[in-house]
Amino acid sequence: MLKLKKILPPLALITTLIAVWWIVVVKTGSVIFPTPLQVVTGAMELIKDGTLWEHISSSLMRVGLGFLLAVITAIPLGLWMGRVDGAYATLNPVFQIMRPISPIAWIPLAILWFGVGNASPIFLIFIAAVFPLIVQTAAGVHTIEPRYLNAAENFGVSRYKLYRQVVIPAVLPDLIVGMRISLGVAWLVVVAAEMIALRSGLGYMIMDSRNAGNRYDLVIAGMIIIGVIGLLLDGLMRLMEGHKSVRWRYDR
Amino acid sequence: MTDKIVIQNIKKSFSSGNESKAVIDGINLTIADGEFVAIVGPSGCGKSTLMKMIAGFLQPDEGSIAVDGVERKGPNSNGILISQHGSVFPWLTVQQNLMFGLNDEHGDKAAVADHYADLVGLKGFEQHYPRELSGGMLKRAEIARALAVKPEILYMDEPFSALDALMSLRIRTELLRILEEERHTVILITHDVEEAVHLANRVVVLSNRPATIQTVFDVPFAHPRKLSDPALQLLRDDILRELGIEC
Repeated sequence: MLKLKKILPPLALITTLIAVWWIVVVKTGSVIFPTPLQVVTGAMELIKDGTLWEHISSSLMRVGLGFLLAVITAIPLGLWMGRVDGAYATLNPVFQIMRPISPIAWIPLAILWFGVGNASPIFLIFIAAVFPLIVQTAAGVHTIEPRYLNAAENFGVSRYKLYRQVVIPAVLPDLIVGMRISLGVAWLVVVAAEMIALRSGLGYMIMDSRNAGNRYDLVIAGMIIIGVIGLLLDGLMRLMEGHKSVRWRYDR
Repeated sequence: MTDKIVIQNIKKSFSSGNESKAVIDGINLTIADGEFVAIVGPSGCGKSTLMKMIAGFLQPDEGSIAVDGVERKGPNSNGILISQHGSVFPWLTVQQNLMFGLNDEHGDKAAVADHYADLVGLKGFEQHYPRELSGGMLKRAEIARALAVKPEILYMDEPFSALDALMSLRIRTELLRILEEERHTVILITHDVEEAVHLANRVVVLSNRPATIQTVFDVPFAHPRKLSDPALQLLRDDILRELGIEC
């Protein structure tokens, strides 16, 4: 019942928006801009011939690989920067400069280095995802309350135990937040990266639909699918916030 | 009794901007093995700074602190600090917390942890997370975690100040019972003079900042002590008067 109450208002808003869109298209008699029905029909076409799944799975594969590489790089680096002041002082300014550079700006270099295959978008996703995660991880280590680190020092535990039972569990909530942000950015970037080159992916699908005959129904279908998948990915990351080892942080 | 902790003329100042402010100004104190010493003083006089130095988390600018004749260089599991805000890890269960400081020398870690959970009255809560415990239970868990590693010294920095009076009294009584069974040297920092005379063999009164030792009172009463004992109350009033409070 409570859930329904939460879902109802946004659902009503979305329904209204679709209705307004439909009415405006019909009233203006636009020949290029599609109605919601045309978008659904267009999407059904792609589902039937199987190309939609191909686009979705290539985009997801690129995001998955790029994101995984970013996680593998950023978490150890962030932990190290968080614990060792010299590492932080040296690396942080560099990352702070790299971070505001839009991954889109890397596209020419990506093409130069990796060509137009799968490696380019994976590299771009990596670039997009890695910096926010490094920064968030290091910040997470810095905000560990000294009393916990003091207690660990007091008991004289090994470095392994210090990381395993204090540092990592303490930063885990920040890591999850960082990974959520980072995956969101990664998803944003894959579509942009795919617009430039390549023969598959949701970004390619959008650009190709426009270029090959003004199929704006497929453009909009692609946009909506991107939005929905982004929401699902975020929901997946949020599931991790419910894990019992991190609830201590979110429940307060 | 042999000397456990020897503090010789320690000094500490903190600098803020160009100014250097003395916090501790020459403290000498010798604590015997198995003794329970309470340190009281006006708020902000530097009690916690003193405790951090004795426990090894902070180095004095001058003077020395020796434990068992060896100069203190840093904290170790020979003496465990129990702080006001508590440091039970919220991401570990009670049992995992109690096992935290244990290594293979302590034998079956889970068994040791459960023994100490039982000792402080947390039997049945071993698998609970700290957020599921009350403030009093958290404090018990922290004391149990410290006791489990069999430290020779307990450093207690206002451990009961966040508890209500009844809970504080109850845990104090249990602490005394445990200290009957397991011998520890205890240094307790408190602002509660009644707590000090209830627990300690000696009460050290510190001056205003920069802190020096103003007076040392012996508490020559055997345990169990009754808080309603007139002699105890008289001593309490003497200490309060020393702190500038007439009653």
